Amino acid sequence: MPIQYYLFLSMALFCIGIAGTLMRRNAIIIFMCIELMLNAVNLLLVAFSKMWHDASAQIVVFFIMVVAAAEVAVGLAIIVLMYRKVHSVDINILNRLKH
Amino acid sequence: MDIQQILFIVLSAIAIGCALGVVFSRNPINSVLFLILTFFAISGHYILLNAQFLAVVNIIVYAGAIMVLFLFVIMLMNLNSDTEPQKNWLVQLAGAISGGILFLVLLSALVSATKTLPVMEQGSNDLGLIKNLGKTLFRDYVLPFEISSVLFLSAMIGAIVIGKKEDKFEDVH
Repeated sequence: MPIQYYLFLSMALFCIGIAGTLMRRNAIIIFMCIELMLNAVNLLLVAFSKMWHDASAQIVVFFIMVVAAAEVAVGLAIIVLMYRKVHSVDINILNRLKH
Repeated sequence: MDIQQILFIVLSAIAIGCALGVVFSRNPINSVLFLILTFFAISGHYILLNAQFLAVVNIIVYAGAIMVLFLFVIMLMNLNSDTEPQKNWLVQLAGAISGGILFLVLLSALVSATKTLPVMEQGSNDLGLIKNLGKTLFRDYVLPFEISSVLFLSAMIGAIVIGKKEDKFEDVH
């Protein structure tokens, strides 16, 4: 497999994640799109690790997974707190800093 | 066309289709299930790339732990397609167009830039095994590994503090 195919696949996944982040208003869906972008980057790192025959890239992927797990725990706690306050996960309600 | 190319095309189609399903499905639970399918497809790609350990970790951590957490939260809030907030179509169109334009820009930049890259090595297949990764992790990356434990501890404490009921705080003061 040429490396280009993996580049294009992970670029497509990354751009789908960005489009989803811009299109949706549900905070949980936006969070899931961010996870999708992280996974696209992981896939690209593994492909480059195979290309240069270097295990360091796979260790970096491992650390990205660690950070993503911690981020999800804190982020979902924030979303649950927000739901408890305003009874919605719509991010358009959270515009009080604007006024 | 050998078996590896067929597998690559099938897994890529599953990954991109399910990623589009995450973005476009109205029901948040369907979005979570599509995202789990995407993660399985990406794990298949890891196996094709000889990263067996990462494939297993991806399934256990992402599809197993993180997505179950998402499902729990969505079911706790009782979200479904009726309560789903929708942006108006103009904003949705703008989001889709900007994502597509970013894809086109990256594509056109990388098509010309990656012509000189070397082809992937087909040599030894034991790079992604847990033995090699463990040696690299504990020889070169011990300090980040230990720091990540502090990160996990702080994330755990932070999630508990954020998730607590607020009236308990007011009793203290």
